[in-house]
Amino acid sequence: MATPTPVRKARAALLGLLILLLGMGGLLAYGVADGRAQWAPLLALDLEGGTQMVLAPQVEAGEQIDSEQLQQAVEIIRQRVDGSGVAEAEITTQGAENVVVSLPGVPDQRTRELIQASADMEFRPVLQTGVDIDYVENVLLAEDNEELTDEEAEAIEAEVDDAREEQDEEAARPEDFPEPEGEPQHNSDLNWITPELAADFENYSCSRDASVEERSSAEADEPMITCDPNSGATYLLGPVDVPGTLISDASFGSDQDRPGWVVHLSFDSEGTERFREASTRLYGFPQGDPRNQFAIVLDGHVISAPGMINPILDGNAQISGDFTEEDARNLAEQLRYGSLPISFSIESEQQISATLGQDQLRMGLLAGIIGLLLTAGYAIFQYRALALAVTIPSLIVVGVITWWAISLLGWTDGYRLSLAGIAGLILSIGLTADSFVVYFERIKDELREGRSLPGAVEAGWSRARRTILASKAVNVLAAVVLYLVAVGNVRGFAFTLGLTALIDVILVFLFTHPLMQVLARRKFFASGKRFSGLSADELGVDVLYRGAGRFARSHVVHSGAVEGETAAESVTGDSDNPARAARQDEVPDIPEDEWAQMTIAERRRAREERSRASGAMADQAQEEAR
Amino acid sequence: MAAGFSKAGNQLYTGERSFPFIQRSNLWFMVAALLMVAAVAVPFFRGGFNLGIEFTGGSEFTISQTQDTDISIGEDVVSEISGQTATVTNIAPGTVRVQTEELDDEQTLEVAQALQDAYGVSAEQVSSSFIGPVWGEHVSQQMLIGLVIFLVLVTLYMTFYFRTWKMSLAAIAGLGFVVVTTVGIYSLSGFEVTPSAIIGFLTILSYALYDTMVVFDKIRENLESLHQQKDQTFTERVNLAINQTLVRSINTSVVGILPVGSILFIGSWLLGAGTLRDIALALFIGIIVGTIATIFVQAPLYARMRRHDADIKAHTEEVLALRQERGIGSVTASGTPLDDSGRPVPFPPLPEPEPEELEDEDLGFEIVISAESPDHSGHESR
Repeated sequence: MATPTPVRKARAALLGLLILLLGMGGLLAYGVADGRAQWAPLLALDLEGGTQMVLAPQVEAGEQIDSEQLQQAVEIIRQRVDGSGVAEAEITTQGAENVVVSLPGVPDQRTRELIQASADMEFRPVLQTGVDIDYVENVLLAEDNEELTDEEAEAIEAEVDDAREEQDEEAARPEDFPEPEGEPQHNSDLNWITPELAADFENYSCSRDASVEERSSAEADEPMITCDPNSGATYLLGPVDVPGTLISDASFGSDQDRPGWVVHLSFDSEGTERFREASTRLYGFPQGDPRNQFAIVLDGHVISAPGMINPILDGNAQISGDFTEEDARNLAEQLRYGSLPISFSIESEQQISATLGQDQLRMGLLAGIIGLLLTAGYAIFQYRALALAVTIPSLIVVGVITWWAISLLGWTDGYRLSLAGIAGLILSIGLTADSFVVYFERIKDELREGRSLPGAVEAGWSRARRTILASKAVNVLAAVVLYLVAVGNVRGFAFTLGLTALIDVILVFLFTHPLMQVLARRKFFASGKRFSGLSADELGVDVLYRGAGRFARSHVVHSGAVEGETAAESVTGDSDNPARAARQDEVPDIPEDEWAQMTIAERRRAREERSRASGAMADQAQEEAR
Repeated sequence: MAAGFSKAGNQLYTGERSFPFIQRSNLWFMVAALLMVAAVAVPFFRGGFNLGIEFTGGSEFTISQTQDTDISIGEDVVSEISGQTATVTNIAPGTVRVQTEELDDEQTLEVAQALQDAYGVSAEQVSSSFIGPVWGEHVSQQMLIGLVIFLVLVTLYMTFYFRTWKMSLAAIAGLGFVVVTTVGIYSLSGFEVTPSAIIGFLTILSYALYDTMVVFDKIRENLESLHQQKDQTFTERVNLAINQTLVRSINTSVVGILPVGSILFIGSWLLGAGTLRDIALALFIGIIVGTIATIFVQAPLYARMRRHDADIKAHTEEVLALRQERGIGSVTASGTPLDDSGRPVPFPPLPEPEPEELEDEDLGFEIVISAESPDHSGHESR
């Protein structure tokens, strides 16, 4: 009975929503079946119990840290915490300069120190090198190590086999090694190697994990034993030649002469002095001699050990090798971090017991359910059947999409729902419901202007859409700004607020409006039955609207023809209606259902055109006017 | 009752019934100013804000699901270990909160253990938090940065959307009222000011602006055709927009308040102090104040800023002069003329300066409107 286009559009939109729902649900189901996701959202510590620490970097006055340096610091903390055996730790940066560490349970004193202590960078001369075969075999060649290509793995395996042949299996003892010949004269002097040290080096096993004590036990003026956990190479190093704090800057770029990437490194004046002295000494050793190498040590591990191909006199060095762009960037960032080691102070720490977490989760959910019920109740009170048919299904769909979106984000991004996040979700119930209020009130306004329900839905939508988009934009803007600057709790709140605002917009477009388009064709709503939320009584219509901004009580109102120009009779088609008969006389070329969707202004125009078409008719119209 | 509400909604829509929001703006501004003064004075007389531990620094322990909620136990435990006087409160049934000054790591663990023993609960039931003295400051500073960024962006956005800087200026200026009043009422409640509350205050800005956007969008719509007609003045059209969106404003704040109210209820009575309660109270107050501010402060402010524009002034004078000529007696605040018995009537035709233009003018304005009366009886009853 009505024009088919809006209905077809509505069906397409509803189908789109169905595809979206199936897509999200299917993806999540796939993740769950695969064991990588779970249906319920991941919970933050304040709902699950655990410890959350917010750390602030401690730097000397006047020093500024940038985001890359902070990122390096986070990376180092992450390695340390992983190494300490704490499972499921989450370390992230928040705001401009905060680091948030979340751990299940209560961390012990050691873990706390691990998190707070700064990581030092040092340049030490290499005295002796070796390979930890067991480490290489067990860790690097382990089958689940995805970082290695097959070729690389094969090369390493060959090396391991060679090394095995040379090595005897017994632990080395200090007695097997000679005493040094005298006091060491410089940092590269082999006289640093005592029999104990030599035995230790022989027995040393490399490990990615190291405690803070291990990392900081090496004194700057003592030799140390360490390794490069990425290659399994072990190093016996002399005392510190240049501390990392003397680095003034580091960058990376492509090499002009050769293909590949290089890292540029420059020192401040003291660093230049010390690096000149050290590099000259190292250059004195032949190429290929371990003692020609400089080891760059970060947080107790060697990150790179370049050989010295010429003495560096002006403090500007270039490190080249078989670097990929990423290798080079990484090394440059580590060097930059080394120039300004960051230690952290704990700004706030929260230990939430599991009991309190459960309490908070239960209460949060309870508040949400009460809020939903109250909102739904009020919507029914205000909009009757319209609320039952539109608002409540919409709230359910919005709830399902939000739930799945949060679960999916938990899977892909490790997003965890916090108590503040739940507060954001509950607040958004009101904001979502408001989209309906804006939309329904517009539809009512259009009905009051004399449109039929299908017409009012289209016209109301085109206006409401604009308002809804414009106002939701403010919400999203606020949520994004809040999320970007905020620290701690606030983020979860801002995140859910922004997420639900977006979901709300999707829902209004793909569900609420299409559903209204379909319902507008139902007799119950279109004819304004009692409790439909659109009856004349519920609209309070007893006046006629006359063109933009001008109103008047119609003279026919009192005679009970209230609905003559409103939705009811124009749609249900009361053929006894004299107005209708007169209308058909007057403008016979417009079908009834189209007429029903026109506003009074449009009808007026149609009549006008018609009357202009024939002069006689025009006269008549003027006659009527007076 | 809903029907009565709807009927009122219809009358507000047509302008038959109207509240003089714009016309009485002097009164509203005065009330708003008084409220703001009171909002500033209240925390002042109460000796400042009741700052939470996040701003003062310190340690806090929460014992949940305990049978024994005796406050003195907690006080004794803390004074024994650190010699401090602790603030111990029974914040919700079965939940005791102990607040102390800053404790070091070791003391924190010790106090947690001692509380656990004293209240006879398991380790699972004791939560602790430690907050450094700069934490709250840090949070507030970040919030302030966020506030500035948000205000700049939103001002630009509104200026762009409405294509007039006056609307965005009026909206932003009104936010000052919203925030000051909300903070004042919040401090009256005696609740602690915590970072959660500050988040709440920031969110209110977004909520209040959201509400303002909807009303201003209607004002924009009503003003689009202002100069094409000579029946209603600028003020009346703006007032009509506010009245037309009044039902929506009320419904919006109710659906906004209901869920927030449920958080507030749960947060205060069942869970005790915490994230939920502070944020909910701030939002609860803010939603109400924000809705009121749109109607009584922001929209009138905009009308006042525009009223003295030359084109608006000329238009208003012309409309008023025409009204005298047309013999229109009383007009509602929303610009709908009423007859002697208070019933709304249509505007009479515009007086015609030149007789020969009569026909054209008629076609444009009056003829066809009359023709709409379904039974063509319009001329008889006039």
